[in-house]
Amino acid sequence: MTLTVEHDLQSFVLLRLGERRFAVSAKHIAELVAPSRIFRFPHKTPKIEGVILRRGRIVPVCDVAERLLGKRLTSRRFYLIAVRHYASASEWMALPVTGECELINAEITPAGESDAPHVAGWISYSGDVIEVLNLDALTPGPEALPSPENLLETQEAMR
Amino acid sequence: MRLAPPTKAKSMRTEQIILFRAGGQLLAISSASVQEVRSVDSFAGSATEISAPGLRKVRHSVVRNNEMLYVVNGAIHFGLPITPAALVFVLRKTRTVLLVDGIENMSTMTHLQALPRAFCHEERQWYRGLTALDQSVVPVVKPEGFLTNEEIAQLDAAVLASVAAATDPSAPGAQP
Repeated sequence: MTLTVEHDLQSFVLLRLGERRFAVSAKHIAELVAPSRIFRFPHKTPKIEGVILRRGRIVPVCDVAERLLGKRLTSRRFYLIAVRHYASASEWMALPVTGECELINAEITPAGESDAPHVAGWISYSGDVIEVLNLDALTPGPEALPSPENLLETQEAMR
Repeated sequence: MRLAPPTKAKSMRTEQIILFRAGGQLLAISSASVQEVRSVDSFAGSATEISAPGLRKVRHSVVRNNEMLYVVNGAIHFGLPITPAALVFVLRKTRTVLLVDGIENMSTMTHLQALPRAFCHEERQWYRGLTALDQSVVPVVKPEGFLTNEEIAQLDAAVLASVAAATDPSAPGAQP
């Protein structure tokens, strides 16, 4: 009998923003949905466009493309509903994406010291090196950006 | 055979709300928070002009029941385009009179969802939360969120200074 042990393989959702692909740990993804009406109201939080209604929940829509690509998305095909963790709770957040998403298994290389806080690590897939996003650092929230210790804990938790 | 007792329908806690517009934006406020609704025309006679540097949203004050209230322009408060205001809401348990475009209608709110944590700036002071009404989402304003304690102190000081200047014009910049 031959046992094949796949060390450190984790599931990731690959998402497309413009011409680039990014990855998010599959543990942090709730679902992929078609775009629906965005309800906008006055607020002062950058990157939050408004909210959508999904399964009776009011979900904020956060365009992360500007931070990741330096420009806003001109077209969006889906909302990736991700789980955003806060100090005391977790909430859904909708991320507009421009193409189909893909579920893959890959081994993560943890982010280095020189990587931006929103980079949780890197994966290699189909000849590309893809950034794994730390949504808790990428999207707005009441807490300050995670300290290096917290980031390390996040990375450890993802391994 | 005994039938199981009918299950009692859970009594849903509801709240009457006023749907109104400020700066063209649809907003909601608990009707219990509104002491009085007046037309701008009927209110204008009792209002006094006030100028507090840095507080563009307040241009008038009014004395009601021996208390100085401040008229907050809802559109400016929320950073919206200024639209013609037709009504004022005198807000209960606050020192705010809110200038609004008009009332859209009255409704009943059955569920108030806390503002998602992703909203992490001034809006947390502005809103009690969000409610879904007829497949739409409406922010429910916090009556005490229109003026902070610091802003009220600033406005009180501006009023005192203007009173002092009026009674003693030779004392410019009179302070309380």
